[in-house]
Amino acid sequence: MKKSVINLSSLSQKYVMALAGMFLMIFLIFHLATNLLMLAGDGGKAFSEAVTFLTESPLVKIMEYVLFAGFLIHILLGLVLQWHNYRSRPVKYHTRLRSETSTFSRFMFHTGVIIFVFLVIHLINFFFIRLGWVAQPDHAAHQHDFYSMAVVLFQNPWYTAIYLVSFVFLGFHLKHAFQSSFQSLGLNHTKYTPVIKVIGIIYAIAISVGFAIIPVYFLFFY
Amino acid sequence: MNFTLKIWRQKNANAKGSFQTYPLKDVSPEMSFLEMLDYLNNQLIARGNEPVTFEHDCREGICGSCGLYINGRPHGPQRSTTTCELHMRDFKDGETIVIEPWRSKAFPVIKDLIVDRSSFERIMHAGGFVNVNVGCAPESNSNPIGKLIADKVFDAAACIGCGACVAACKNSSAMLYAAAKIAQYAMIPQGKVEAKERVDKMVKQMDAEGFGFCSNTYACEFDCPKGISTDFIALMNREFFSSKACKQKHA
Repeated sequence: MKKSVINLSSLSQKYVMALAGMFLMIFLIFHLATNLLMLAGDGGKAFSEAVTFLTESPLVKIMEYVLFAGFLIHILLGLVLQWHNYRSRPVKYHTRLRSETSTFSRFMFHTGVIIFVFLVIHLINFFFIRLGWVAQPDHAAHQHDFYSMAVVLFQNPWYTAIYLVSFVFLGFHLKHAFQSSFQSLGLNHTKYTPVIKVIGIIYAIAISVGFAIIPVYFLFFY
Repeated sequence: MNFTLKIWRQKNANAKGSFQTYPLKDVSPEMSFLEMLDYLNNQLIARGNEPVTFEHDCREGICGSCGLYINGRPHGPQRSTTTCELHMRDFKDGETIVIEPWRSKAFPVIKDLIVDRSSFERIMHAGGFVNVNVGCAPESNSNPIGKLIADKVFDAAACIGCGACVAACKNSSAMLYAAAKIAQYAMIPQGKVEAKERVDKMVKQMDAEGFGFCSNTYACEFDCPKGISTDFIALMNREFFSSKACKQKHA
């Protein structure tokens, strides 16, 4: 019998998944910190300066490739794992009661798919414009003018709704992801694991609420 | 008490199975779940029908053979209970009880409610032992083991290999079983000598059997009749990592 599509042991695949996930969780902190500059109330000056710095920094350019690799590995391996897990029970149960386990842990694949869909929309709206793959909108001064692009997008209630729903699901994903990545790497301790779980909840809420504040501000208070 | 039983019937490994419904009257609330099945089977035999095949041995919760998937739960609705320890008083009078075999690619159905769990045995054969030089018993105090470690090892060794972890897991993963079997050796001096080799071989065998992977839902710990902790899975992950990272080549 074949192990999986990838010739790595089950545990090695879990390590890679957890490490890629941890990297993406660190990335989210930096992304949120940059985005929050939009709320500085200076017409996007601080935010635009940060964007210029990031787009011109050679280190960030290198990290961009690492980031893409991180996303790619996490998404593709997630698909492989899900496919393998699905196949390991060919005959399903007639009646299945929910164990009293964390709801979010059972839907990592589903929330992951939603986040992926958002990611595609997000790339089309911002990153592809920078690459010149998608024409920049008329209201933007130049192809790095993410502030104007974001303000116009967020004033569209439909876009804001999609954005907010996506971040609710991202929060669900992260709530399980945070402590799960430690468990997969074997970083478990009777003293520290409860602390990790609490930090995970705080992290998930902080990230999703942090990102959500920005469109809400531009939709209602701008 | 009266029940309607919906039981998975399958002639043999290759036959296509289906659910059969059996009304069962005058069941004593004091009956264990297996005694209730015996009671049903006596009636089926008296009527000249094929009795329901199910696995059982000790009927006191230590052999691990009586695993049944009852009403959507491995070993039924009670926590920390094997099917044989479950009693009919835990069900409502007139209830429909759905009884299924464990479902996993690595646990093929042999007949009715019996599954082939020899995949578990093969994981043990791969490394679940300690090679010792046979001789007289060593002096008992020559290997000092702290109480905390001794207790943890006993917790891991409480695994009866019933397969409820695989049955409970949405991925039908055997990580809790493998972890308990790896942990019961990895923490004590006798087992530490071969710990790295052992975890490598046992994980390899577990993968080869076609079990799913771990999603850290911890459903296995919840449904384990012996309450084996998923902390042991983290321990296995650590052991496996150090076995890979510190692997030495033979001279």
